[in-house]
Amino acid sequence: MAFLNALPGAIAEGLIWGLMGIGVYISYKILDIADLTVDGSICTGGCVCAVLLAGGFPVWASVLLALLAGALAGVVTGLLHTALGVPSILSGILTQLILYSVNLCILGGKSLVAVDPRANSLWVNMSNNPSSILTMVIIAAVLIICLWLFFYTEVGLTLKSTGDNPDMSRAQGVNVKLNKVVGLAIANGIVALSGALLAQYKGSANINDGRGAIVIGLAAIFIGLSVSMKIKPNFVVSLIGVLFGSIVYYIIYNFVILLGLKTDYLKMLSAIIVAIFLAVPYLKSEYFTKRKSLHPEEGKNAGGGGHV
Amino acid sequence: MSDVMLKITDLQKTFNPGTVNAKTALNGLNLELRDGDFVTVIGGNGAGKSTLLNAIAGVWKPDFGKIEIDGVDVTFMPEFKRAKFLGRVFQDPMKGTSPDMEIAENLAIASRRGIRRRFVMGVRRADRAKYKELLASLELGLEDRLSTKVGLLSGGQRQAITLLMATMNRPKLLLLDEHTAALDPKTAAKVLELTDQIVHKNKLTTLMITHNMKDAIAHGNRLIMMYDGNVLIDVSGEEKKNLTVEQLLSLFHSASHDGAVNDRLVLN
Repeated sequence: MAFLNALPGAIAEGLIWGLMGIGVYISYKILDIADLTVDGSICTGGCVCAVLLAGGFPVWASVLLALLAGALAGVVTGLLHTALGVPSILSGILTQLILYSVNLCILGGKSLVAVDPRANSLWVNMSNNPSSILTMVIIAAVLIICLWLFFYTEVGLTLKSTGDNPDMSRAQGVNVKLNKVVGLAIANGIVALSGALLAQYKGSANINDGRGAIVIGLAAIFIGLSVSMKIKPNFVVSLIGVLFGSIVYYIIYNFVILLGLKTDYLKMLSAIIVAIFLAVPYLKSEYFTKRKSLHPEEGKNAGGGGHV
Repeated sequence: MSDVMLKITDLQKTFNPGTVNAKTALNGLNLELRDGDFVTVIGGNGAGKSTLLNAIAGVWKPDFGKIEIDGVDVTFMPEFKRAKFLGRVFQDPMKGTSPDMEIAENLAIASRRGIRRRFVMGVRRADRAKYKELLASLELGLEDRLSTKVGLLSGGQRQAITLLMATMNRPKLLLLDEHTAALDPKTAAKVLELTDQIVHKNKLTTLMITHNMKDAIAHGNRLIMMYDGNVLIDVSGEEKKNLTVEQLLSLFHSASHDGAVNDRLVLN
C-alpha cells in the first residue's frame, strides 16, 4: 500500500530526471562523449531557476534562463575539449568543478534557496503529483518532437555522424569541433531544464543537488534502451525509452527505500546498476561467444569482408 | 578553372622531429596533376604514399611546402573546409561511412559536402528517388535498402557506398588510399571496376594508391612510384600503357640505385 502511495511521486520525479537522461543520451550516445558536466549543470539549472523565482521572475523566464545557463556550461566544456585540446572526460570534470563555485555564487553563498509554491504558480509541485505528471508528459513530448525534427535536418544529421564517425564527417566537410560544442550545449541545456523543474518540484535548489546525476542518467539510458531496442531501434522510441528507464529507476529507488535500505546507500546502488549494464555486453562477448560460434548459422555474418 | 588541378611544391613532413623516432615521410616532393589525370601511386611501405594523400586532405599540416588545388592554396586550410574540393575513400572500409546511420542518411550528408547545410529535412522524398538511382548504378542490390543501417553491410558494400559519397558532388580531386586493400580479391576487383566507371564517367582527376603493380599499370593514364618520401618514377601516356611489372621493377632498381625493393611490392 505504501508502495502504491509512493508511485505517483516516483513517476513524476522519474519524468523530470528522464529529461536529464535525454540530455545525457545526446552527449553519451549521439556525440559519444561521457560528459561529466551534467553533475554541475543540473544543479546550475536548479539554482538559476530558484533564485530567479525568489526574485519574482515569471516561471517561464526562470526556466528559459536556467536552460540557457546549462547550455553555456556545455559550451565551456566543448571549448575546453575542442579549442584547448583537453580530453573530453577531463573537460567535463573541470567544468563541473567550475560550476560548483558558480552555483554557490548564484545561490548567494547559501547552500539552499527555497521556492515558494504559493507565491509562484509552479509548473510542477511535489504536493500535486497528478498535475505534475501531466505537465511533465507535455514538456517531454514537446522536447522529443523538437529533438526529432532537429536531428533529421541536414545540420542534425551531421551531429549524429560526428559522434558516429568523426573521420567520415570531416571528409564530408563537417565541422566536427563546432558540432561537439553545439551538441554539448544542447545536452546541458536540457539537463539544466531538468534541474530547473526538479527545483520547482522539490521546492528548493540545493548546492549538493546533482551529485552523481550522470550515473542516474546512464542508468535510465541503459534500462530504457534494453527495452526500446527490442521494440524499434529508432531515435524517438529511444528517447521515450530513456524516459521510461528513468521512471523504472525511480520506482525501484522508492521500492528499495520502502524495503528499509538506508538512503546513504542509494548512490552505491545506482552505480552498481550502471556497472551491471555496462558489464553485461562485455561479459557476453568475452565469455559466451566462442560457444555460439560453433553453430555455423550464427557465425555467418561475422567478419564483414565477405562478398559484395 | 585552370588546367593544373593539383600542384604540390617542395612538400616536406617529418614525424617525431628531434627524437630517435624521427621519420622523414615527405622529402621535398613536387607533383602536378592536370585536369582529368588518373594517377596511380605505388611504392613500398614507408615510401610516403599515405602521408602524401593525408597532406593533400589536410589531416595534418606539412612542415614546409605548398599545396594548391585548382589554383587555391589549401596548405593551411582545415581538413573539413578543404573537403569541398575532395572526395576521399579510405583503406579501412569502416572509416568512410557512418555505421549507425541509414544508407540514405549517409548519402544525404555527402550530398551537402561543400554546400551550406540547412535546417530542413536531410532526406526528402525526392532525395530518396535520386539515391535509389545512384545506388542502382552500383549494381549491388542496395537500391532497395535505403533505410538499412550501413553498419550491417559488408566491407565491399560499404566501400562502394563510400565511393558514391566521395563522388556524388563532383570533387575537384578524388583521393583513393588503397581502398581495395582490405577486401577479398573478388570484391576488390568489383570495387576497382566501379572506381574506373565513376572516374571515367565524371572525368575526375584522381590519385589512387595501390600496392598492386598490375592494378597500377592497368588503371589510369599515369603512374608514379614513390620512394623515400619523393617521386622516383613518373610515367604516362603510351609509355605507361605498354609497361609490364618486370619493366617497372627494373625501372625501380635503376632509379633507386639499390636492390632494396620491398617484399610487398614484389609479391604483388
